[in-house]
Amino acid sequence: MTSGTVMKGMLGFYIFLFFLYLFGPLMVMGVTAFNTPSYPQAVPFESFTLDWFVKLWNHRAMMEGLVNSIIIGLGVVVLSVPIGLAASIIMNQIYHRARSLFYLVTISPLLTPGVIIGISTVIFWKDAFGLTEFTKDTFYKGIILSILGQSSFVAAYCLLIIMARLTRFDRAQEEAALDLGATYPQVFWHILLPFLKPALFSAGVIAFLSSFENYNTTTFAILADKTLVTVLAGEVRQGTTPALSALAVIIIGLSLAGAVIYEVLKRREEAAASAMKERARLAERGELELA
Amino acid sequence: MSSRALAFLVPAIVILAFWLMSRWEARQGHDPTHKSFFERNGTVLGIAFVGLVAFWTLFLVTLPYLYMVVESFHPRLPPAKRGGPEDIATIAQYTSFFVNPTDGAWNTTHMYAFVYTIVVSAAVTFINLCICYPLAYYMAQSGTTQKVRLLMLGLIVPYWVNEILRAFSIRLLLASKGLINQGLMGIGITDAPIDFLGNNTGMWVGLSYANLLIMIFPLYNAIESLDKNQIEAARDLGAPWWKIHRDVVIPYAKPGIASGCTMVFMLAAGSLAAPLFLGGPRTLWFTSIVYDFFFQAFNWPRGSAYAFILLAACIAFVMFMLRLFKVKLGEAIR
Repeated sequence: MTSGTVMKGMLGFYIFLFFLYLFGPLMVMGVTAFNTPSYPQAVPFESFTLDWFVKLWNHRAMMEGLVNSIIIGLGVVVLSVPIGLAASIIMNQIYHRARSLFYLVTISPLLTPGVIIGISTVIFWKDAFGLTEFTKDTFYKGIILSILGQSSFVAAYCLLIIMARLTRFDRAQEEAALDLGATYPQVFWHILLPFLKPALFSAGVIAFLSSFENYNTTTFAILADKTLVTVLAGEVRQGTTPALSALAVIIIGLSLAGAVIYEVLKRREEAAASAMKERARLAERGELELA
Repeated sequence: MSSRALAFLVPAIVILAFWLMSRWEARQGHDPTHKSFFERNGTVLGIAFVGLVAFWTLFLVTLPYLYMVVESFHPRLPPAKRGGPEDIATIAQYTSFFVNPTDGAWNTTHMYAFVYTIVVSAAVTFINLCICYPLAYYMAQSGTTQKVRLLMLGLIVPYWVNEILRAFSIRLLLASKGLINQGLMGIGITDAPIDFLGNNTGMWVGLSYANLLIMIFPLYNAIESLDKNQIEAARDLGAPWWKIHRDVVIPYAKPGIASGCTMVFMLAAGSLAAPLFLGGPRTLWFTSIVYDFFFQAFNWPRGSAYAFILLAACIAFVMFMLRLFKVKLGEAIR
């Protein structure tokens, strides 16, 4: 055996261990969702059951939390994607000297522990909304505070995602449109925005997901309301039930389906792009032959 | 309320600084073809952009932070007395971190919890760096495109499951009736179950597990852009593998290492779920103490002061890391 194959074997073993660490706990949890004992255990596997999924469905607080989580997630998307877009455009046009300071301010929420974002959001908005009775009654609510608190760092994610695509924008396109008589707002709506569409879409997805699974900020900002994650946290603190495993199985199933769909769409898009290129090449050859 | 109004003064100064900078720059390099921001975007869009960003940076980022800091310099008062004559600036909340206000003795519990949090977070960061580096290197340098894509997918899927459920899965595995204890007892290594949760093994595993992905992506991005020829050249010149890593790969990947370490440390030090669900009953994690000040003691000023101490420590640590790796902040966060 050469040292090369030994190295390769060790590397393979290492990757195996890494993914065992990554997936092992989840797989064990997945098995407990289908096992009958009320204490979640994988071994011995007594008998197959779907009861825990039914229990999950009937869990009132968790379903209420789920609805709130979805509302908050959508709110965060609506608020932070436009903010991220606006910030990336300003970042692109701002004077050089001011750019690093602007960057520091906008990126600082990513470097702040989520707990602190949650605390500061509650303290600030309690006084800000508390100025009048009306705003206090209408806006000082867990759902609204959660949207505000989460948006502060989710908008920074959006900024980074949109910025990455914006830097690849070819200014010549903008100049061509302007030469053809378009106004600046028209350039924005008809050229820049369609160009940024994929980035806006992924920013939206990331925003929703990071809002949906956030715990550290939400646990403070949610006040007396609840989201799926805070309900879960309460359940895990109290004890263990296979219904939680069942929830995890659903989430893993959904995410696997999402990943597969994403992969298929991406392959199809790539195939379409290469077909387009081929067609363009053929068309060009045809033109050359005609000339 | 006057001291709380201070919080509004700082952003005003920063905005003024931005405005002066832009005026100054406009005068320095006067360029007749240059268009102002509102000319370039149209008035309506320009106002919308500036308005959105102003709302974000002022009302969601700077003002809440500053307001929290101001709050931490206030005494704890019932709501009715806020803004009254007793509402004076004080550093009592900060001194209470060092000296216990009730009996005047050193506040060793909280100081110990603080040091413990920092040390464990730093150790977890280092462990994750060691675990992730080989895989990141493999994915960036020797894996085929197909394989790397599959590995990426494998890395991302577990992170769609939220933090709480991941902590729950670790707990199932490590509990006294869990699979690992069953296995150990089955083989006969121990007779009684080992209390992995009580002795904080669970918390360490949870912290490391939660942040694997945060470490691996910056590393991968940094190593990926390294020219393979450099490694080939080093190998041809007879460098052993560890020397190649020490002298070629690691110096090149420094920004990635710094950025991964910064993020993992921040997330670990600020994490709430792992210590809460996986730590032993006597474990004092700093964020849990802050949490208790808010929800059990209802002492918001003191909680704010502690949160600010944590934030300051995190910033200091990050600055130290960046200095150590000689990386600029802009390079580290991308």
